[in-house]
Amino acid sequence: MRVRVHVFLKSGVLDVQGKAVENALHGLGWSGVSDVRVGKTIDFDLAGVEASAAEAEVKRMCETLLANTVIEGYRIELS
Amino acid sequence: MKAAVVVFPGSNCDRDCKVAVERSTGASVSMVWHAETALPAGLDLIVLPGGFSYGDYLRCGAMAALSPVMTEVRRAAERGVAVVGICNGFQVLCESGLLPGALLRNMALKYVCKPVELVIVQPETRFTRAFGSRRRAVMTVGNGEGAYFADAETLSRIEGEGQVVFRYAENPNGSLNDIAGLINAGGNVLGLMPHPDRAFEPELGSADGALLFQSLLETA
Repeated sequence: MRVRVHVFLKSGVLDVQGKAVENALHGLGWSGVSDVRVGKTIDFDLAGVEASAAEAEVKRMCETLLANTVIEGYRIELS
Repeated sequence: MKAAVVVFPGSNCDRDCKVAVERSTGASVSMVWHAETALPAGLDLIVLPGGFSYGDYLRCGAMAALSPVMTEVRRAAERGVAVVGICNGFQVLCESGLLPGALLRNMALKYVCKPVELVIVQPETRFTRAFGSRRRAVMTVGNGEGAYFADAETLSRIEGEGQVVFRYAENPNGSLNDIAGLINAGGNVLGLMPHPDRAFEPELGSADGALLFQSLLETA
């Protein structure tokens, strides 16, 4: 099973990196861009876990290590 | 006093911390590798030093917080042993849940490296007693992700409980409420972004950091 985890700063947390990217895009002429958020994607193969249990297992990984839930949210994709 | 400095792969202030604690307090300081599953017996102080543990991979302090030695640091903290996390060590304490909140990228996206003036908000903690009647101190910051963040509820709780120990006189990085350092509810775990280990004798520009370590002699 292939797993993709998206990790991003929560909406209430100022994303200064996103702000800098947004300013750069504006500078390049893309004036319609707003609310840029920079996150990260973590991909991996997962074996030895039943498909039905995979999501719960990956959620535990997110809560334990992959995301800091004080400041970050996450989204899990399984394929 | 007996102290230990934890060394993670990528720590770079571990030697500074050892020398700073030794010269400030006369303590014997042992170095403890992050993979250890036991700490030396009878410790009065554990220091988590600055640096770039695990190359700051994933998030600053995230991997270090899960190091084997951190299980023992947590146990020692629960027993009331003083724990100080400096800079990356502060990030490790937040990541491990020993302190509330998190450290975000600096507001100006710049690595800030300079002496800063601190306001001593709580002069009665285990870590600030030796400052006496002084309410200002100077220490050096050196960080790229030092902006303290906590959600509104947590922030109001730590402010209400008097857990904020140091504030920046002039905020260098966008920390909420100018927070430079805070303690846990039990008062024995301190995290701060400024480096007392880079300000422990006048030749370094400030000797105020020595007072932080000397404060611990009273409870050692």
